[in-house]
Amino acid sequence: MTSGASGVRAAARIGARPDGRGGTALPTLESGGPLALRRTRASGSEARVMLVGAMSGPLGGDHFTVTAEVAEGARLHVGSAAATIALPGQAKGEARYDVRLKVDDGGELRWLPEQLISANGSDLRVATRVELAAGARLTLREEQVLGRAGEEPGRLSSRLTVLLDGRPLFDQELSCGPGAPGGWDGPAVLGGHRALGQLLVVRPEYVTRPVEPRSLGEYAALTPLAGPGALVTAVAADALQLRRTLDEALRELDRGTG
Amino acid sequence: MSRAALLVLADGRFPAGGHAHSGGAEAAVKAGRITGAADLEEFCRGRLHTAGLVSASLAAAAALGVDPVELDGAADARTPSPALRIAARKLGRQLMRAGRATWPSAELDALAGRFPKGAHQPVVLGVVARAAGLGADDAAYCSLYECVSGPASAVVRLLSLDPFDATGVLAGLAPELDVVAQRAVEGARCAVEGGVGVLPAGGAPLLEIGAEAHAAWAVRLFAS
Repeated sequence: MTSGASGVRAAARIGARPDGRGGTALPTLESGGPLALRRTRASGSEARVMLVGAMSGPLGGDHFTVTAEVAEGARLHVGSAAATIALPGQAKGEARYDVRLKVDDGGELRWLPEQLISANGSDLRVATRVELAAGARLTLREEQVLGRAGEEPGRLSSRLTVLLDGRPLFDQELSCGPGAPGGWDGPAVLGGHRALGQLLVVRPEYVTRPVEPRSLGEYAALTPLAGPGALVTAVAADALQLRRTLDEALRELDRGTG
Repeated sequence: MSRAALLVLADGRFPAGGHAHSGGAEAAVKAGRITGAADLEEFCRGRLHTAGLVSASLAAAAALGVDPVELDGAADARTPSPALRIAARKLGRQLMRAGRATWPSAELDALAGRFPKGAHQPVVLGVVARAAGLGADDAAYCSLYECVSGPASAVVRLLSLDPFDATGVLAGLAPELDVVAQRAVEGARCAVEGGVGVLPAGGAPLLEIGAEAHAAWAVRLFAS
């Protein structure tokens, strides 16, 4: 970690590979500054990692990077202990949060962090880039909450890019808050909702059996991507309602009834 | 460039089937999100900066000669709603038919052969613009104008909105359309060197959620 007038730079890294005994080993588990990683109890062949700390960041000018690589045949689950709150900082300029995920053939990553909350006055750019091999499996949840209770949001822009076997499978960006391009809170984009989320599931079996598109209530939809992926897009009044919608959808997808 | 060719391509009467689509306005009207001219303006503004910018940059990149097959894949990745992917390909096929008849070109023939069921409409639009001797900025403008004029004319029919008010909304958005067109062309120029991954990717959750609900209706006035 380095710190200075321009903010904090911190990086955390996770590397997962089969341990040869039917489980998953973590030869790389590097915390960095406020990004602390803890290995928690494994579940079957899956290794579990919790991202803790980071309660007070990222602040303006900070640049955090989290990297996770899952080798062939390994299974990794990553969660976080609490929501990440983007706050205004003393350093000028936007904060950046980069997430780089890579999953090899036959590997599986479940990336299920808590919400990102954009506090009033903050300015954060999040970029998540996922590289999947052709036979990789992914479950990724991303939730954004615009402002703490009763507060106007900060500026938040977020891009999620997923490449499958080197080709684009999913690429979406959203900008909101003060200074974002116009119409972000209007009837085409968020319509006054303060929580939004995406649940992206990539599984090789969707090549032959894609999910059926359908509405999940008035403010969410399950859709098959143009490739072996399923996406739930949802907006909600608050984080709790949003999580309820995404959890219900994930249960159905895990049961294979999505 | 030929200014007259631009008018032919941008004309709402150009027989490319756009009049049958509301750009998500029908779903937004039904959900009560558009009730008058002010909502229509915010709807169009949001669409302009998200799906509009994405489509315009795809069209501009195709007009600059970026590989349309790569662009079609980039369009798929930026369109998570299958209802919107189907609509985009249907519109692409109709525009291809009109474009080939109007400005015959080997590039259009090749694209039609590669995507018999239709490529994404903005990609076709860019290649048609090339065939018509138009530039990347022309393609971006055509795409953006269509992105807002479609919902505006649909809302005139859906809400019996005064056509003067709808046209006023479009005129009021013109300065912003200029800004977005410039961003679209800049993005397209970056893609010539940097590949299609650098193109804008703005999404609009309510457009995507609304499109899936709309596609399931038994009776509707517009196809999307």
